[in-house]
Order: sequence, then structure tokens, then C-alpha cells
Amino acid sequence: MSVLVYVEQAEGKFKKSVFEAVSYAKAIADQQSTQLTAISIGDVADSELKELGKYGASKVLNVSSDQLKTFVNQAYASVIAAAAEKEGADIVVLSNSFSGKGLAPRIAVKLKAGLADGAVELPSNDGKFSVKKTAFSGKAFAITELTSANKVIALNPNAFGVKENATDAAIEVFTADVKQSDLGTVIKEIVRATDKVSLPDAELVVSAGRGLKGPENWGMIEELAGLLGAATACSKPVSDADWRPHSEHVGQTGIAISPNLYIAIGISGAIQHLAGVSSSKVIVVINKDPEAPFFKVADYGIVGDAFEVVPKLIEALKAHKG
Amino acid sequence: MKILVCISNVPDTTTKITFTNDNTEFNTSGVQYIVNPYDEIALSRAIELTEGGKGTVTVINVGEAGNDPTIRKALAIGADDAVRVNAAPRDAYFVAKQLAEYAKDKDFNLILTGRESIDYNGNQVAAMVGEFLDIPSVSIIKKLDVDGDTATIEREIEGGKEVLTVSGKLVASCAEGVAEPKIPNMRGIMSARTKPLVVVDAVAIEEVTKVTKYETPAPRGTVKLIPADQTESLISLLHSEAKVI
Ligand SMILES: Cc1cc2nc3c(=O)[nH]c(=O)nc-3n(C[C@H](O)[C@H](O)[C@H](O)COP(=O)(O)OP(=O)(O)OC[C@H]3O[C@@H](n4cnc5c(N)ncnc54)[C@H](O)[C@@H]3O)c2cc1C
Repeated sequence: MSVLVYVEQAEGKFKKSVFEAVSYAKAIADQQSTQLTAISIGDVADSELKELGKYGASKVLNVSSDQLKTFVNQAYASVIAAAAEKEGADIVVLSNSFSGKGLAPRIAVKLKAGLADGAVELPSNDGKFSVKKTAFSGKAFAITELTSANKVIALNPNAFGVKENATDAAIEVFTADVKQSDLGTVIKEIVRATDKVSLPDAELVVSAGRGLKGPENWGMIEELAGLLGAATACSKPVSDADWRPHSEHVGQTGIAISPNLYIAIGISGAIQHLAGVSSSKVIVVINKDPEAPFFKVADYGIVGDAFEVVPKLIEALKAHKG
Repeated sequence: MKILVCISNVPDTTTKITFTNDNTEFNTSGVQYIVNPYDEIALSRAIELTEGGKGTVTVINVGEAGNDPTIRKALAIGADDAVRVNAAPRDAYFVAKQLAEYAKDKDFNLILTGRESIDYNGNQVAAMVGEFLDIPSVSIIKKLDVDGDTATIEREIEGGKEVLTVSGKLVASCAEGVAEPKIPNMRGIMSARTKPLVVVDAVAIEEVTKVTKYETPAPRGTVKLIPADQTESLISLLHSEAKVI
């Protein structure tokens, strides 16, 4: 029995959400009085792999092959499941990232395992292995018991936090047979906007709605986000009107997020919007209508015109940063 | 081209979510059910891809007879025929197994689902069907084009996108961007009544998960209002009180 955590790399580096998944997996390993092994697939330098030790991984399996340089869902699932079997790991943890969401279900089927995705807490330690996960787009949580012998958990970003747990990670080369039929998807192009904070795992988010009147008014939103180091988001009608890309649409039918700070500007707070953002730790609402439903779930609010308030907020923030 | 679109029957997006029986059951009283919004996107793309006699679209749902109105809605939008696997869906693993069992000997070129259902937010079914059938799956796609045997797909990644191609059979879960949801017209609604809806039995599969309880988020405190001309005090509250900046 042990715990295996899959550590997703992008261009040879691990992101904060990966260290969070390792911290979480380490806490589960401690609960179960067992060891934590990490598995990395792709081209990652030993110095980067060693970083995983800081968060509690005592062993790191390093899979490096030309065929697996970039993410191939089917093949990665085969390799991770093979590693779980070889290590005798009955619990597999990964981040509930875009890739994780495609990967976790395949691993679960391979291992005949129950999957808790969108996990927000450690499993219960009462012999039942129940995991609290988001459901109904953030309107509720479902306590889900994984009744199978093997278990897979995909952890939501920002749900657990990063916890240091200094261990010396032993790096081992791991090879697994990859069947030709596992390599059916071929990546042609990867485009990353390097200067932008990615929305799903952002700690701070500045979001705006139809109250901004048109796409030409987003300059101040981007400036505010830039000053904070925040990601930008929007309501559904804004992306429907192509003022902003679909990837920024948050809510019940957009992305569900739970940043530490969510600033909503000119957004009414319709039930479908709140569904995807109400688990944010702190919510700030700026709206000229004091009756806007968003104020009911906000921690801080300013009743005022966004075109006056936001520029002042930018000035105040600049002054604060000195 | 034969396309199978998996549709889920979910509470309308305006539903206030509550539970009964000591928070162990979802309270269905007064709840309106709809085709899962992402599944509508998948269905709309399937219809576009087969328009003009280029293929057929079958919709499939795992559920009991009460789901038939939702299935008829999908037929009204433009699917050619429908299948219902007659069982109360237990979890994504159960549902995916039923879908894969139905699809395995039917020669579908493409199986489409929504990115997730808006009730359990699983993101699980598409990739599980892919694994049960041992064919490629791509989750949370933003764009889908098909040319002969090859699909070109755009999928979202953190802070960007990935373009990939798949030859042969494929399962994909669709997000916004793949298509504009289609609204049924009068002709669609009329013809939906007579389109075939086949009911098949479920296969047995071991249970792997069980929801034992539901919780609703803790209510928030009341909002602290800051006068519009004192934005600097918002900054200092976020810094020293909320400690988020
Ligand atoms: C099936 C379905 C799914 C949906 N899913 C989502 C979803 O995932 N996400 C989502 O966001 N929506 C979703 N919606 C839409 C949702 O119901 C609302 O229509 C939407 O959230 C409203 O967006 P908004 O607040 O930007 O615009 P509006 O409702 O137009 O509100 C604009 C707000 O801006 C304020 N305002 C105007 N001018 C100013 C100003 N100068 N300064 C300050 N404030 C100003 C107004 O007081 C108002 O509160 C969905 C709807 C349906 C039917």
C-alpha cells in the first residue's frame, strides 16, 4: 500500500498546483501511515524533480521518452496505472487541471477505481474514505465514499494549499511499455500566453460583466489585474458577445473557480454566475446598483460607477505598492 | 459518419439546490429538468457535422422513463434517433460503462459528450468511455473539425491551447466554443414525437463510489460597504484584514 501522485509538467517545470497536489498526497500518505511516490512524465531536469521532496515525496519516478515528451492522454494513463500497480499504490492523486480531467477517469477505469474529482478536503479518516467534492457547480458539496479497493482523487486548485514537508526525494528512472495504439492523438501545436496568469489556478481574479458596456473598456480591467498579478475573467453574456474569449467565462456553464480573491465589476450576480465563483475565499463587488444580488454574497462592496471607481482603485493600488 | 451524443438530464440552471432526508438526497420537488447545457453544444456540433446527408446523429441517455421528455428535446433539436439505457444512473463509472457497452459493436466514428454535467460536475464520462472502448479521448475541447477519418481538435490548457489530431474512432467532451446551441423549431418539435427512441437494458458493474451526504456552502457574513470615494480603504482592508493582497 502506498500513495502515488502524478506531477504534471509544462515545458519541464512544475507549477504551484503540482506542489499543492504533492502536499495533499503527502497528507493522505501520513493518514494511511505509508509512503508517497511521485511520477513525472516528460523532459524534467533532476534539479526540478528534487523540488518534489520539499513537499513530502520520498521517491520520484521519472519517465522520459521521445514518445511521451508532450501530453498524450491515453499513453500517460497507461504509464501512471502501470506505475501504480508496480508500486502497489492503491491511491492515485493528481491535480484537477485541464489535463488531469482527461487523465483521471482513464486511470480510474484501468485500476477499477472510484474517482473523486474536484476534491476540496482530505479524505475522512474513519475507515470509510469519503472525499468532499464540489457538486452542482459550487452550489453544494457531495461527500463521496470511494468504495473500491483502488482510489483516484483529482484535487481542485487552491483547495488545500502548499505545505512544506522536507524529504529527500530519491529519483528513479521508470519505463513502461507504450502500445502504439495508445499514441492515437498527435499534438500539432501548443500556444501558451506567457504573460497572463492562468484562470483556473489563479489566486486572484478580476472579473467584469456587461456593466462595462463594450470590449473597448477592458483596458482598466487588465491594468487592475496586471497590478495585482491577477487573472481576468468575465460573465457569460460578455463572452457570448465576443467582448472576451470563452476561456474567461466563469460560472455554472463556464469555469468554476475558487481563488483567494474575486473582484466582480459590473456583474449582477445571477444564480448561474454565482454558482461558479461563490467558493472564492473573499469576494469584492463593484456595481452601481445597490440592489444587485451580488452584494448578498460579497465580503466587501462599493456601490458606484465602474468607470469612476476602477481608475481610483488603480491609483490607490499604485500608491499602496509604493 | 455516425455520431453518438451522450446526453444527461440535469436540473435547470436557475434551480436552488436543496437536500432532503437528513441531507442524503437531492430534493427534486419543483425542479425542472433540461438537457445538460454542454451536451446541447455537443449535439449541435454533431448536427452541423452531419448536415446535408453526411451522416446520422444518435443521442443516448442512461436513465429511467422520466427522462424521456429531455430525450425528446434532443430529438427536436435535430438528432435522428435516440437510445435510453434503462437504469437510474449511479455514478460516472456506471454511466460510462453502459454507454461503452451500447457503443462497442455499433461502429460510431465519433462519440461526443459535454465537458461535464452541471449536477455532479464530473468531467469523467468521455474519458471513461474512451478507456472502456480502448480508443482515444480528448477532454474539454473548444473546437472540432472532421475531415475524412481525421479529427482536428483544439483543447484548452492552463493559459493557452493545444491543437491536436486524431485518426479513427474518438471520444471527445465539448465545452463552449465548439458550437452555438441550437434551438428546436416547430418542425423539429413535431417530428421529435415520431422519431425512434429505443430502450435497452443496463449491464451489471461493480459499485466504486457512493454519495453519502450533501453539504451546502456556509453562508457568508454581511457585506462591508465602502464609500465609492474611499477606494484606498478597500485596498487596506484587503491587505490587512482579509490578507489577500
Ligand atoms: C443556461 C444558462 C447558463 C448560464 N450560465 C452562466 C454562467 O456560467 N456564467 C454567467 O456569468 N452567466 C451565466 N448565465 C447568464 C446569467 O443568467 C446572467 O444573464 C449573466 O450572468 C449576467 O451577466 P452580467 O451580470 O455581466 O450582465 P447584466 O445582467 O446585464 O448585469 C450587468 C450589471 O452591471 C451593472 N452595471 C451597469 N453599468 C455599470 C457601471 N457603469 N458601473 C458599475 N456597474 C454597472 C448593473 O447594475 C448590473 O448589475 C447563464 C444563463 C443561462 C440561461
